[in-house]
This record gives sequence, C-alpha cells and structure tokens, in this order.
Amino acid sequence: MADKSFFIDTTKCTACRGCQIACKQWNKNPGTKTLQQGNHQNPADLSASTFKLVRFNEVEVPGGEPQWFFFPDQCRHCMSPPCKEVADEKAKGAIIHDEKTGAVIFNPKVKIKPGDFKEVREACPYDIPRISGAGIMAKCTMCFDRINEGMLPACVKTCPTGAMNFGDRKEILEKANKRLEEVKGTYKDAMLANTDDVRVIFLIVDDPKKYHKFAVADNTIGITRKMALKRLFQPLTSLRHMIG
Amino acid sequence: MTNHYIDFRNADVILNMGSNVAENHPVSFKWIQAAKDKGALFIHVDPRFTRTSTKADIFVRLRSGTDIAFLGGMIKYLIDNNMYDEFYVKNYTNASFIVNPKYGFNDGLFSGYDSTKRSYDKSTWALEKDEQGIPKRDMTLQDPRCVFQLLKNHYSRYALDKVSQITGTPTADLEKVYKAYGSTYAPDKAGTVLYAMGWTQHTVGVQNIRTMAIIQDLLGNMGIAGGGINALRGESNVQGSTDAGLLYHIWPAYLPTPRSPWATLADYNKNNTPVSKDPRSVNWWKNRPKYVASFLKSMFGEKATKENDFGYAWMPKLEPGQDASWLNLFDEMYKGAFTGFFAWGMNPACSSAHAGKVRQALTKLDWMVNVNVFDSETGSFWKGPGMNPKKIKTEVFQLPCAAFLEKEGSISNSGRWMQWRYKAANPPGVALPDGDIIYELFKKVRALYEKDKGTLPEPILNLKWDYETGGHFDIHKVAKEINGYDLTTGKLMANFVGLKDDGTTSCGNWLYSASYTEAGNMAARRKKTDPTGLGLYPEWSWCWPLNRRIIYNRASVDLDGKPRDPKRPLLKWDAEGKKWIGDVPDNAVPPMGTTGAYPFIMKPDGVSSLFGPGLNDGPFPEHYEPLECPIEKNLMSGQRINPAIKVFEGGLDAFATCDPKYPFVCSTYRVTEHWQTGVLTRWLPWLIEAEPQMFCEISIELAKLRGIKNGDRVIVQTQRGKLEAVAIVTFRLKPFNVAGQTIHQIGIPWHFGWLHPKDGGESANLLTPTVGDPNTMIPESKAFMANVSKLTKQPAQPAKKTTKS
Repeated sequence: MADKSFFIDTTKCTACRGCQIACKQWNKNPGTKTLQQGNHQNPADLSASTFKLVRFNEVEVPGGEPQWFFFPDQCRHCMSPPCKEVADEKAKGAIIHDEKTGAVIFNPKVKIKPGDFKEVREACPYDIPRISGAGIMAKCTMCFDRINEGMLPACVKTCPTGAMNFGDRKEILEKANKRLEEVKGTYKDAMLANTDDVRVIFLIVDDPKKYHKFAVADNTIGITRKMALKRLFQPLTSLRHMIG
Repeated sequence: MTNHYIDFRNADVILNMGSNVAENHPVSFKWIQAAKDKGALFIHVDPRFTRTSTKADIFVRLRSGTDIAFLGGMIKYLIDNNMYDEFYVKNYTNASFIVNPKYGFNDGLFSGYDSTKRSYDKSTWALEKDEQGIPKRDMTLQDPRCVFQLLKNHYSRYALDKVSQITGTPTADLEKVYKAYGSTYAPDKAGTVLYAMGWTQHTVGVQNIRTMAIIQDLLGNMGIAGGGINALRGESNVQGSTDAGLLYHIWPAYLPTPRSPWATLADYNKNNTPVSKDPRSVNWWKNRPKYVASFLKSMFGEKATKENDFGYAWMPKLEPGQDASWLNLFDEMYKGAFTGFFAWGMNPACSSAHAGKVRQALTKLDWMVNVNVFDSETGSFWKGPGMNPKKIKTEVFQLPCAAFLEKEGSISNSGRWMQWRYKAANPPGVALPDGDIIYELFKKVRALYEKDKGTLPEPILNLKWDYETGGHFDIHKVAKEINGYDLTTGKLMANFVGLKDDGTTSCGNWLYSASYTEAGNMAARRKKTDPTGLGLYPEWSWCWPLNRRIIYNRASVDLDGKPRDPKRPLLKWDAEGKKWIGDVPDNAVPPMGTTGAYPFIMKPDGVSSLFGPGLNDGPFPEHYEPLECPIEKNLMSGQRINPAIKVFEGGLDAFATCDPKYPFVCSTYRVTEHWQTGVLTRWLPWLIEAEPQMFCEISIELAKLRGIKNGDRVIVQTQRGKLEAVAIVTFRLKPFNVAGQTIHQIGIPWHFGWLHPKDGGESANLLTPTVGDPNTMIPESKAFMANVSKLTKQPAQPAKKTTKS
C-alpha cells in the first residue's frame, strides 16, 4: 500500500458535520453529554470519544457580512510524528507509525500515565492527542481498518461536497496543489498547511488563526517544545510551508 | 422539482432563496459545488447568514415575509432593462394573451373581492377568447390589456427604493442580485432557483413561488437543463406521499377529491376536465376521465362496473368550499368534532403551528393511535407539561413501526425519481412496516363490518384488498397496482397512454404508470448511463411522468426543434428520423413550428402562465405583510395582510401586530443535525450531542438592547406561548432598516420537545400562529412577532463569553 494522505478543502466544507458523525459511527464512539453554549460547535473539543470535530468560528467584518470559518479538525498523521518521539520514551509501543500508509496509530492496548500523556499532547503542534479515563490515548486512526480493506476513511466516504479527500500521497499532493491554483484568484491568502510535514493537508484561505488556534503548526513541528528550546540557536528549517 | 438535484450542476446562476440548502439538504450541495467548480454564480438571499451563506458569491438579506416585494422588484428590473427572453415570452408564455376588460387591480385588491367572505369571485380574471373559443393574442405585446402590459403595469410600483423600504435590503444589494440573476435571460444561459419552507410557510406562500415562476418564464429558464423551479422537499418521500394523494384535496396523481354536488362520475368529469378549443394545445388533462375510471377500478376491482360508475358513489366527498387541511382539522378536533385519530409517522404536538392548541385538541379525543419509531410528544401528550393524566379521557395506543432501513419499498425524491429500496435489517421486537400495519388493520375493520354491518358498508366491503402473498403483505403487488393493468389481458400497463375510461384498465396512480411493467421494476434500475451528458441518468431508478427527467422540456428548443442552448442540448428534433433525441420529450408531437403543439402540455392553453387566474388570492402576486408584522401600514397598498386568508378567531387563537410586547420578527427553521420535530434524531446520541438544546439566534445589536450575553438562557414569547432557549448572540443576524424603522429578526429551530432529552427544551411551534396560505393552508411559521428577554435566574453552567458560533 502506498503512502497515504488526506486533502481537506475548507472552501468546500459546509459544516454539515457528516464527517464528525460518520467518524463516531465507524469507531463506535459514544455521543457525549453536551449543552448549547451559544455556539454551534459541539462537542466543545476533541476527546477520547471524538476523533473528528468540525470547528466553527465566526469573525466580525465591520460594515460587511461576517465570516464563518469551518475547520474539520483531526490528527494530521505527521511524517515525523513528535507525539511518537515522546511516547517512545515514556510508554513504549503506545504510538505506532505504520510504514506502509504513514498512519500514526495510538495503541489502545498500551496505557500511559497522566504526566507522560501531558508531554505527548504538548509535543503535538496541532493539540490532537486525548486520553480516556482508563489511561488510553485516542485520536483519529486514519480508519486503518477500512483503508487496509481498500475502503475510504469514514469521514471521506460521507463527505458530500468533496471537502474531504483521501488517497495515495502523490495524487493527493497533485490534487491539493491544483486546487490551490484554482482558488488563488478568489482568495489571495490561500495556502496549504504544512504540506511537507503532514499527511492531512488543509487548504485554508485566510489567517489560520481565524479557523482554529492550532490550524497550522508554527516552526516547532517535528520536535517537542523542550527539544525546541534546546535547538533554539540552531538554524531552523522553514517548516511552515506556505505555497502562494 | 421540474428538474433534479443533479441538474444544479448545469446552471450558470443558482439562486437559493427561501431555503438554506447547505444545512437542510446537505448532500445536494455536492451539485451546487459542481456548478461552482465550472464557474457558476451562487446567490443566497435570506434574513439570516447561514452555513449556506458562507459558500455564496452573493449574499443578501431581506426581512422575513417580504419575498414578493423583493422578487416583484426583480420583475420590474428585468422588464425595464430588457433583460427578458423575448422569443420565449412571446411563444411559450401567455404574455400575448388578452385579459378580460373587467379585470382590475386597485390599492391591493384585485377585481371581484368580497370582504365579507374574504374571498374573490375570479370570473373577471379570465382570458379573452375569439369566436372559435381560442384565446386572443397580440404577438406585439403592445395591447394594453395583454398579459405582458398588465404585468409591466402591476410591477411598475415595485421600484428599487420602495422595495428596499419594505424588505430592508439596501438598493445596491437588490440591484446586485437582479443583475446577476437577470443575466440568464440569454438563451445560452441557465438560471435555477432552489426554495423550500422559507417561501411556502407564509400567508403568501404560493404567490412567493408564483413570483419566481414569472421570473423564470421571463428569463426563459423553464424546461431547460440548469433551470426550473426546484422545491427542495423537507422529507425523503414527501414528493411521493403528495403524488400518492396524502392531502385531503386530491386523490392519487392530482385528481381532485370529489365534492358533494358532483353526484355522478359524469358530474365529476364535467367539473374537472379542462377543455381547450385551441388545436395547438395538447391540454393533457383532457385525459382525466381515463385516469379517474382506472383509479376507481384499482380501488374496487371487479365491484367497479360501468353501471355503478365504477364505485364513484362509494368515495368520500367534500362539501363545496370545504377545506379539510391540517389547521382546520385540528381546529375541528379542538372543538370536539372527532372521537378518534391516527397520528401516523407524525408528531403534531410539536410539528403543528400553534402546537399548544393541538395538544389541547388531543385531550378532546376518545382514542388516539400513535404509530412511530420512537415515542413522541404526541404519543405521550397526556403526561406532558400542564396536563393532568387523571383528567384526560383519551385512550392512547402506541404501535411501533419499522424504520426506513427495516422495510422494502419505493421512495420518490424531490426530483420525482421513484427509487426502490431494500430491507437491510429486521425491525426490532413487534415493530412492523407501515404497509403491514395498514394491511392487517383494514382486514380487521372489514371483518367487523361483515360481522356487525356498519353504516355505509359498501366502500369497506367492496374495496379491492388482495395485496398479499403467502398470507403476508406484498409491497410488490401494491407497486404493480400503482402502475396499473390492462384488465383484458391481465398484463401490466406499459404506461398511462393506454389507460381507458371504460373500465378495461386499472391504475392506482396514473403518473406512476410505466414504473413497474412487464419488463420489471423500473424504480430498481441502477445503470449509470448518461447519453445526453447532462446527468439525466435515464436508467437510474425511474422518474414520473414517463421517465421524463426535466418537465416542459420542449420549451428548451426553438420552433424547429433545435436546442436554443447549444451547450446544454436537452432535446433536439431529428427531422429525418422524425423523432426527438435526448430526454423523454414533453409529448412526442413534432416541433411547434408555426402551427404545431405548444410546449406546456399540462396547461389548458399550452403555455406557461405569467397571468395565473387559478389561485385564490390573485392572478399576479402582490406584496402583503405577514398576519403578524412589525409595521402599521403595507407600503405597497391599503391592504396590510393578504385579503384572502382565513383568520381564526377566538379560543386559543390570538395575534399581535405592531404590539410593543412582541416587537421582533421571529422565524422557525431547521439545522442539519435534526430532522423535523426531532422525533427520530433527538434519540440518536451523535446528533443530539452536536445540537443538544433549543436555542434562539439574535443579533449583537438586539443582545445589547436586551442585556443578553452569548449563552444566556432567555425566554422567547408570543401571544400564543413561551419557551426557554439558549441565546446565540451572533454577527450573522442583523437588524433591518424598514422604512426608517429598526426591525430586529430572531430565529429558533423547531426540533425540540419536552419528552427527550429532558433538558432539550420545548417546541418552537408553541409560539407559531394558526394561520395559513389561502391556497394551501400551509402555516405562517417563518414570520410572526415575538419577544425575547433574559431569564433572570440563570443556571450554574458556564457560558462562553466570546461570540463563537
């Protein structure tokens, strides 16, 4: 199986949340108790029961119509997953990096201590890892069981508009770059987020912070925050890869 | 829909108005995206910025209830700027027809109004005919009494400034939409319109759609690929159930329900079969007697004979003028007119306008049978808020039924496609498919009639009821009955063209004839062939009528049968082969030429109606304010509200206009995550997790005015009732400037109810008024007056401070 990747085209996302629900259905994750808190985003955050979450963020445009950003958040399945780097030291075997697909998998059979988990979570530039009450880490599995059978991930399969895409990395990159070219005329700030570093490539067309605090990684990706401090004076590779 | 969801992709301009397509028809957005990918312009017009608006190239706001003013302004703009398809208007509409000289319109009233009856004598709204009985025409469109001049004159009053004052839409925004949509007047441009309850649920609901139909006619957008008038249906099979005669006023396939003065079948046919003396008008409804006789043969089988009018006398009749629609039905129930009630697959205690009145009406019954997948506020009304079970006499029977994946059968989608579906799992416990329940129930009723000899036994005893195989209900037998049989051979009908009025054919629904033939079940077809390249997919499922995918498709060609839009040839005439190529033609007659058949074959005059004399509230749409509205005077005329609506008075029915107690315009609506009253979706943990509680969306400005913060609990109240909700304070709602007055709009979803979840909130319909459109009686749930105020005692839960919705 070839190296896999997602392309998430936010210009096509209508926030129908089909992906969020399909993810729960396939992974047999429960619906959690939520309340309406003045926000259509629900549940409020990712959790050990929510691997995929459509984030809603409304931005005022003085004198004009508001902007409403939708961000179908999930694990980016990094090329060099920093979470694994930490976990390998703290809880061996808790995180597996599948060589064939590139999927980063949290092993449900390996428990992790809360303090160690905190480090794993902090290592993630996208703030993805979550932990269950039983000490098991959880997040998007790339629908590993589905893709090994030649099926699309549940979120991609259910997406009606073409916002969610999945396939061989080479083709996904081509698709992402082609779409970027298409939308550049309409959106001057269009960019692909961290293309070289992740297997889940978001196309966003405005300031990333308007979508989500952790939409795009800053240049610490690939290393933990502690390691970043150590390397502070070393030359940095520009990892915030922006095209356009 | 005249077209289909897939056909959105063929449009150059898509206008979504009166609906919220991305949220309420999320899968269909695939085809809007496909059109956008090809460069189409997507316009959204709505009181509120929604998930749909985020994808719009042009988003424009209007005050809820002012669509006719908005669109009337577009009609004026198109005519003033010569942005109409002159060939189409002259040849395929009644623009050139001459109207009766007695027709008139003055200060909001059409000729023939009777204020005591709140209704019109429509006789002066007629078209003039010549000695042969053929409509008179002026092809130059200059005659002052021709439809085009009357149309021009009627909408000359809808000037930009006036429209802007009514709608609250800035004139620049109006022009932006008019210009963009008007660009589709060119024959090689296609514009489509998608609407839903945002247009229908008003006291001017039908006329909202009529106004758009006039625009589509002016632009030449009817009967073409990428065009049409497309109603996005609210339920997967609402199209099918309407086709099947679910409503009181029609039998299956739009045959009118008989009225008591029509004592014989001959009377019925005389009163319901349109006549055209124009040889160029196909006037398809002239065939009605064949469909009626075949339907009665289907009902009563061998008991239906020529001698007994095929059992016509056994069919129930309505009294003249009787309106037995939903609002009247529950009004009657409230007054104690019924002893029993089947609430089948519905939840009127939450879905009905003025639901508080409906809940009281249910207490007047002796018995009620509630058939549903889950319990609902209707099934458990007797233990709901404010009810004392000890004092309620209604005996309730709850019958669990199979969910859609637990039964086999067809569903007809908005695009008129009848698609066969298979059973994927057995229903739980004793639950049965609806068909099985009805089938067994009727057998019991008949057995009781046979035993006890009830009143008027003939319809019950003579009904043909043989849809079983091996002692079990057989859905295929019903599907075949719907298609119909040639009773002389016992073979399934090939289509409705062969149906007869002499009792030799049977057909349960003539529009569906050809769906299940000797060649098999057409609805079960799944071939993806696409010979036109337009996405008609003629071998995928089956489409009524006759598998025609786009109706009135002969309006897409010129007089010689050549496609007017060479980029999207829907149909073309093969002169050598003497046949049409493309979609199934809307009648196989040769091209119209100068002497041939007109394209709108279901209309008695063969053309589309700019002037529509059939409706109860006028031949041209006119702006009236909603029954409950925020302004004292209709800026367009002296008639504030639609003069033809029925006003329910007394009892629990109360209304407030320009009442400072209820100063805000309120609309009810849906979210993607829930379906209807939530009777199915509120029990699904993933969906209730995503939209857990009743909310009320309000603007930043209104929140300031009322001291409401995002996430606060608020009370929303109308003259009929009140409920609690969580405030969503948002930039997406904004106040309107209506004739110098600031008007606030608020909005609430109608998916919740007291039964489940316990903290979910109550039904929005506790607030809505009992009032409906004068043609359909669909309730006005999109524009009524409400108040919103902060609940003084807030719960302990933390509320987010930032506006993030």
